[in-house]
Amino acid sequence: MSETHPFTIESFYKFVSERKLMAAKCSKCGTLLLPPRPVCTKCLSTDFKWVELKGKGKLLSYTVIHVSPMQFQSMAPYTVGIVELEDGPHLPGMVRDVEPEKIRVGMDLIVDFYQSIPSEWPLWPRYFFRPL
Amino acid sequence: MKGAPNLNPAKDVEALFVGHMGESYEHQGHTGPTLADWAGLLPMPSMRLESACASSGAALRTGIFAVLSGMHDIVMVGGVEKMTHRTTPEVTEFLAMASDFPFEQWHGITFPGLYALMATAHMHKYGTTEEQMAMVAVKNHHNGALNPKAHMQKEVTLEKAMSSRVIAWPLKLYDCSLITDGASCLILTRPDLAKKFTDTPVHIIGSGQASDAIGIYEREELTTLKAGRLAGQEAYRMADVKPKDLDIAEVHDCFTIAEIIAYEDLDLCKPGKGGSLIEEGSTTLDGEIPVNTSGGLKSKGHPVGATGTAQAYEIYLQLTEQAERRQVSGAEIALSHNVGGSGATAAVHIYRRG
Repeated sequence: MSETHPFTIESFYKFVSERKLMAAKCSKCGTLLLPPRPVCTKCLSTDFKWVELKGKGKLLSYTVIHVSPMQFQSMAPYTVGIVELEDGPHLPGMVRDVEPEKIRVGMDLIVDFYQSIPSEWPLWPRYFFRPL
Repeated sequence: MKGAPNLNPAKDVEALFVGHMGESYEHQGHTGPTLADWAGLLPMPSMRLESACASSGAALRTGIFAVLSGMHDIVMVGGVEKMTHRTTPEVTEFLAMASDFPFEQWHGITFPGLYALMATAHMHKYGTTEEQMAMVAVKNHHNGALNPKAHMQKEVTLEKAMSSRVIAWPLKLYDCSLITDGASCLILTRPDLAKKFTDTPVHIIGSGQASDAIGIYEREELTTLKAGRLAGQEAYRMADVKPKDLDIAEVHDCFTIAEIIAYEDLDLCKPGKGGSLIEEGSTTLDGEIPVNTSGGLKSKGHPVGATGTAQAYEIYLQLTEQAERRQVSGAEIALSHNVGGSGATAAVHIYRRG
């Protein structure tokens, strides 16, 4: 798998386009790297395998963005948060399908995926989080 | 030059270190020689240092290295940013470039958004309130109204700050620093040479710098900036100064929550007590430890590349009794705390009246 999918962010988002949330697991020390990296930041090993994460977790913190960068203006206001995944890593992303006033630190969320892929670099589809 | 009339910059200064965050604003990079050229300082060696909002804090530290190494006797360190000709969405996008691209920017997280994530976490863990954050704005605008070089020289009431429009909840307009044009610089030299140029030098007695994960989601805690804590500890150790010895501090209040976190990271109070410290009035001009006498980034303004040495300039004014209506009389020991981006860089310096 690593031959066709090097341990890069490009590969991470290629998996997202297949509706998979994947991280790189160091074969030497077991550290789970998300973002994936070509060298383990704990033990400097370059030996990894891809593992699929369950994508469930708890909301660590959130904000509602009203003033956005240009490309997100049509979506504002929107909620983004950081999720502590059951698998270990923390991952930021938009929180959708829930009213901002009902969002609470500690709430259970699960990852979901958009299908659309942008037409110019970076050709990365986006994941997001929603209530279980 | 004011403050050093015997100094001839083109003749006496040997190198120029310029902090500058982004070429996006003016489509102009290669800022070292650009400034050396425009300031009549050619052909001295010049370079740009980019560490986001800590660019000139890093330039200051690099200038210290240049003098301490013996390579140069006199150097100029400073910073610059020109921002106000751009729209707010453009500036929002350019500033965000100092954060993680593939997971933060790509998912629509702005700079106010990153500090809002820290604010929500701080509120949840410690009970810090939106009112306490607004009190930072009220204090810093009060100080800025006394600073003739501040961008926004006007007071703001707690009610006005609290009712301003939301930028990234829980942060509102008055929780955010300003989009500002500005430049600042300092001359650094050895103490023995300083006597040739001034009777009132300021000594830099401690310097610390540290890095952290570029993405805040990868950090151990959202309620503290580890790089700021480590840079502070290094600077305190080098200066042999304790937090209680400080007479004033200029801290990186890019957002009001950032000043509250800075109190805690610099040991001006215990973790989680930053909200109480502002509420008790300990950091006002006549408080126990006045913080951001200049008005801070909040009121003086935040031309990002210029901010680190602008903080040092305020400390120079304070330690030489030139801060006029905002002077903290008799201030002897001071600290500056300059943070890059969402805290992936922090540079702290400690100063003593000469």
